[in-house]
Amino acid sequence: MLGKTAGGLYWMFRYLERSENTTRLLDAGFRIALTRASASESEWTSVVETAGVRAGFEKKHDTFDAANVIEYLLRDRSNPSSVLSVVEEARNNARLVRTALTREVWEATNECWMTLKSLLARPVRDRELPSVLSTIRQQSAVVRGALHGTMLRNDNYNFARIGTFVERADNTARILDVKYYLLLPSVSFVGSSLDNVQWETILRSVSANRAYRWLNGGDINPTGISNFLILYRQMPRSLIFCCAKINDNLGYLAEDYGERLSCHDHADRMLGQLRDRSVESIFDFGLHEFLGGFIRDNSALGGLIERDYRFSE
Amino acid sequence: MDGKPTFFDEMIGPEEIYREPYRSYQKWIENEDPAQLRKKSAEAEQFFRRTGITFNVYGQDEADERLIPFDIVPRIISAREWSKLARGIEQRVRAINAFLRDIYHRQEIIRAGRIPIELIAENEAFLPQMIGVSPPGDVYTHIVGVDIVRTGENEFFVLEDNARTPSGVSYMLENRETMLQMFPELFANIPVRNVSDYPNNLRRSLANCAPPSCTGRPVIAVLTPGIHNSAYFEHSFLADQMGAELVEGLDLRVVDGRIAMRTTRGYTPIDVIYRRVDDDYLDPLTFNPDSMLGVPGIMDVYRAGGVTLANSPGTGIADDKAIYSYMPDIVEFYTGERAILQNVPTYRCAEPDSLAYVLDNITELVVKEVHGSGGYGLLVGPAASKREIADFVKKLKAWPGNYIAQPTLALSTVPILTKQGLAPRHVDLRPFVLVSPDNIDITPGGLTRVALKKGSLVVNSSQGGGTKDTWVLEE
Repeated sequence: MLGKTAGGLYWMFRYLERSENTTRLLDAGFRIALTRASASESEWTSVVETAGVRAGFEKKHDTFDAANVIEYLLRDRSNPSSVLSVVEEARNNARLVRTALTREVWEATNECWMTLKSLLARPVRDRELPSVLSTIRQQSAVVRGALHGTMLRNDNYNFARIGTFVERADNTARILDVKYYLLLPSVSFVGSSLDNVQWETILRSVSANRAYRWLNGGDINPTGISNFLILYRQMPRSLIFCCAKINDNLGYLAEDYGERLSCHDHADRMLGQLRDRSVESIFDFGLHEFLGGFIRDNSALGGLIERDYRFSE
Repeated sequence: MDGKPTFFDEMIGPEEIYREPYRSYQKWIENEDPAQLRKKSAEAEQFFRRTGITFNVYGQDEADERLIPFDIVPRIISAREWSKLARGIEQRVRAINAFLRDIYHRQEIIRAGRIPIELIAENEAFLPQMIGVSPPGDVYTHIVGVDIVRTGENEFFVLEDNARTPSGVSYMLENRETMLQMFPELFANIPVRNVSDYPNNLRRSLANCAPPSCTGRPVIAVLTPGIHNSAYFEHSFLADQMGAELVEGLDLRVVDGRIAMRTTRGYTPIDVIYRRVDDDYLDPLTFNPDSMLGVPGIMDVYRAGGVTLANSPGTGIADDKAIYSYMPDIVEFYTGERAILQNVPTYRCAEPDSLAYVLDNITELVVKEVHGSGGYGLLVGPAASKREIADFVKKLKAWPGNYIAQPTLALSTVPILTKQGLAPRHVDLRPFVLVSPDNIDITPGGLTRVALKKGSLVVNSSQGGGTKDTWVLEE
């Protein structure tokens, strides 16, 4: 396959994943702002921070309130990570690699773009937000469903999946990193209801509120949450899950092409570092330092994949 | 006579009697509920949008992807009408290839005095870089679209030959696909000839023109200027349907005397490139040095027989509007037969007598730029205002050699579905022709373009035209 096509698939699915992640962040932020009006400004600030667009936001807006954040993260075309921007980018990449997609995947992507473009044509008011967010999630679920249901499990599929998990790992790490101070043992025994709400927000940001309760019988604490989001192998948004998936899909490529490249060693090393880890050792090392290192490693992995598989000249 | 022009309608003849090819369709449509049909028509639009069958309009930012409107009433051509058309088209395409071969080699036709040498020597469409080059199988125009108009029961004219990179074939295919989905019963009852083999035939035809350097199964790629090109949908559609790679200039480079594409595993040679990039942009080392769309050095590889380009560079000299007026002579010169399809009478403004005639009769003529296309740079005399005519006359007098003129043709009409029911609109027809060393293949059908505005004679999609499915009936 063409290097350009591999790159197009990788980025198409990174962007689609990003649109979903932004949607989850907004959902969680909205909920906490509803329930705890006094903390809402700092909550919206951390939403923008997690999305990695704080500098851009501050250039356009003075206050971190619901209207500004929703506008900037959903519709603002000057924000390259707004849902509208990334869905458009996803679709542009889909057009670029159209010959590598099944008709179902292409049509689902095109329909997703058409739907969101008209949905986001006007500013979204507070009370419309939940239904808008749910439409966005549904639309990207259709694309993913079409991918799973119709694509051959060949290199096209592997590059699409690798893009998905590189993006997802980055997102989960950022969510944790922005809130890491809430998870530190020093403040973890305060046990106030405030922390409970904050911790729930973290879980909601990765759509894992109920799963966590199910597994831990309602005992929400920082160690448990950190373990769940970093080291729990069955949790589809945990760092270790993402790394394992990236390893699998890179492994299929190595097998297909009969060639191991530098990205394979790098991905192996990242997985190894998580596999032999306990959450306690992460806290000992420093959660913030650990997450910062992971984010850098993950982004370096993306660069290696691009180079090894010749996405561009 | 009330002096109003009358037009030949292909569906409904004099006294409201349906013409023969439309009789079975008549039985069907007379039993259809018009409201239901309009609903289907809206569904068709939805289908095109969802599939992304759109074209980009240059210079428009928002909503820069548009649909070409599709009309659900088919244009139907009888087996007898088609067989004459097909013979005429084949003859013409054969002559075009022979002409190109000659013009880039011995130039017998000029020596024989059948066309003036200035017409070639001073023509931008003539590429000196092609002199002496023999493409594989002597095929220059692998893909041709011949624009045909009709003015009466037996009167067909060739309006234009498209020998460079004719577009529109994806619409021919998707229009049929849409009709099959919406009205399957029609195809069960009416014997319509199939068009869906086109991508397969295209692939085979291109593979048959593989260069000598190709040893195994030919690797074929479609070269597109990219996703912002107005015909990008068609490029990706054809690549997809042929199972060929869709490449851009940045994916390609010269490696060991071949053109190779950058894959995830390194560079792989390509044998045949169906290029949808104009000559000018093909090779910055040979043509436009600023082009980012082509491949530096591709012309050297091509001349050395390392790759096949379809169509060959330099074919524009055969569909140039000034050459067009010589087509009857060209056909006769190379085939030894009279041209089966007529040319529209054409006045070459470069000739003083013709220019005088054109200036005297400009309100009744269509004046075109020799190198123009897409309905731009064109004056439709009968429809133009005094001001427009005055402006155009200035340009014409300043550079007569840049223009030709033709009488306004009474283009035939085929009804379209409007809110008020069926209403006649003017149409043309672009059948698609594939040329390989031993075969000329004409797909039975083509792209029918229709002027949606009442009375309008301009069918180009860039000027508000639409399309119809085109049916050629079995014998």
